[in-house]
Amino acid sequence: MIGDFDYQFFLEVLTGGLLSGVMYSLVAIGFVLIYKTSGVLNFAQGALLLFAALTFVSLVERGVPFALALAVTFAIMVALGIGIERTVLRPLTNKPPITLFMATLGLSYIIEGAAQLIWGTQVHGLELGIEDVPLEVGGVLISQFDIFAAAVAAAMVLLLSLFFRYTRIGLSFRAVADDQFAALAVGLRLPLIWASVWAAAGLVALVAGLLWGARLGVQFSLSLVVLKALPVLVLGGFDSILGAIVGGLLIGASEKLAEVYIGDYFGGGIESWFAYVVALVFLLVRPSGLFGQKLVERV
Amino acid sequence: MSAIATQLSPAAALPKWLAPLLLIAFAYVVIPLIGNSYLFEAILLPFLALSLAGVGLNILTGYAGQVSLGSAAFMAAGAFAAYNFNLRIEGLPLVASIILSGLVAAAIGIVFGLPSLRLKGFYLAVSTLAAQFFVQWALTKFSWFSNNSASGVIDAPKLSIAGFEFDGAVGRYLFALTVVVVLTFLAHRLVTSQTGRNFIAIRDNDTAARIIGIPVLKTKLLAFAISSFIIGVAGVIWAFAYLRTVEPAGFDLDRSFQILFIIIIGGLASIRGAFLGAALIVVFPLVLSRLGGFLLGDLFDSGVLDMSQRIVLGALIILFLILEPDGLVALWDRVRRRLTLAWQSS
Repeated sequence: MIGDFDYQFFLEVLTGGLLSGVMYSLVAIGFVLIYKTSGVLNFAQGALLLFAALTFVSLVERGVPFALALAVTFAIMVALGIGIERTVLRPLTNKPPITLFMATLGLSYIIEGAAQLIWGTQVHGLELGIEDVPLEVGGVLISQFDIFAAAVAAAMVLLLSLFFRYTRIGLSFRAVADDQFAALAVGLRLPLIWASVWAAAGLVALVAGLLWGARLGVQFSLSLVVLKALPVLVLGGFDSILGAIVGGLLIGASEKLAEVYIGDYFGGGIESWFAYVVALVFLLVRPSGLFGQKLVERV
Repeated sequence: MSAIATQLSPAAALPKWLAPLLLIAFAYVVIPLIGNSYLFEAILLPFLALSLAGVGLNILTGYAGQVSLGSAAFMAAGAFAAYNFNLRIEGLPLVASIILSGLVAAAIGIVFGLPSLRLKGFYLAVSTLAAQFFVQWALTKFSWFSNNSASGVIDAPKLSIAGFEFDGAVGRYLFALTVVVVLTFLAHRLVTSQTGRNFIAIRDNDTAARIIGIPVLKTKLLAFAISSFIIGVAGVIWAFAYLRTVEPAGFDLDRSFQILFIIIIGGLASIRGAFLGAALIVVFPLVLSRLGGFLLGDLFDSGVLDMSQRIVLGALIILFLILEPDGLVALWDRVRRRLTLAWQSS
């Protein structure tokens, strides 16, 4: 059996898995940004992603130039983020984290409903000008679009890291993530910081929404990508951007490999739950996740 | 503070069991006489099934403090288990297959509750999603569960207990009502017992619970088992008494969220809350569709209705979390106290 092992095919599956893992990471980063600075697990990230993609597509379809549509959508996402912070999260300050999570669950219902009420429920195609053709790299076929997505993700992570490291507001993000009370005590303005974090999460949602939208078509099921991002978060730790990347790669690769190599024993279609099982098994061995803080709430 | 209020209220003079007993008597005697089939089919049957599921989830989430996003999976497990017991074991009484299916759901609940031994909070909530996706996948994938029917659809058998047939909408209503009353009574006894207090202790502070000698791990698994048992039986009612024809897709993530919303809106850690929450969740879409049709006419088609339902539901959740975190139960109690005070001072 080992002799027949098709190494080439294995590499192809692995690469495909890693690249789709990048797409999961893109969604997961949006969660991490908000969780790090405000301790909220924002379930509405998927709905935000849907909202961003749907708004952008609808603007483009109405004849708005690409760049302008991008700018307008970004402005809307920032406004939405700030609005959410003001109306939903601020009244719930100091409530238990699980209450905040349920609030974002409600929020995702509102955003999903509103997005489709405003823009309609039909499926939109989204063209980013990158064709989804396979390229041969070192004898392995890789989709050009996947490479583009991976590059965008890498650029975004780089940008975020630079932002966190070198800008003043990035520094205050890190201070808030470290210790909210201490940050407040040295005079950082928490509402301003939270508003900017939500704006940043809106930007991440826009980028992820465009890439996922180009891949799957812009439609309701786009908001379900959060369900793919959650095991990534569990694996990588809710508060680590690096964890989100590595977790995404791990989940993406193991999911594809499992589907191809052991999926048949289960009758196929195991993608819907396999990621969760990987995350759970990993957590049973190492409860703090890959890069999560030891202090996170665990038994 | 609340002790003074109870002393003032004349209701305190009446025994505590009187109000629920009157309500049950009303549900058994008066409602079958005055109700029409729309009331039973569209309102009361889903209300009963969802209330019971809410009671089950409330034991786990409200009392024991373990958030679960996989309730629909346990409903599905219960429904399909009951179907198979009924189909494959000749002459098995309906009551037995309901109890057995509850036990199957409980066993699955224990398996998916195992992560709770090491995980808390978000990590646990996310891991219960594994139950949601796995059960739904298994039921769709393996057609044995649905006796090889197309797309996993199952049809409910005749409901009869000891030769008595529960036919028609009223019959199925009485059947569902009986199951719900029995299990709710047991759940009420449970949460006021030592076990129920152990649940609350673990929810409030599990380190402290361990120090005073509560076996935390065992109690958590027990909460998962009992909660899944009740939710599983709720699934049987949903499938056998309410819809009569169900498929695995009917027990999706949205259903799990719906049950979670019921206990948030109704009130966490309250048996009454599950019923109040379920009533709101069942009735508000009907009201919304009537109201929307009345105000907007033809503009208000099913797509718009669907979306506005989502928006209103989401807004309700957020409003309750901000304005009334203890849910409809707290609202109800406050209104009643005000009314009593107003009545006494007049």
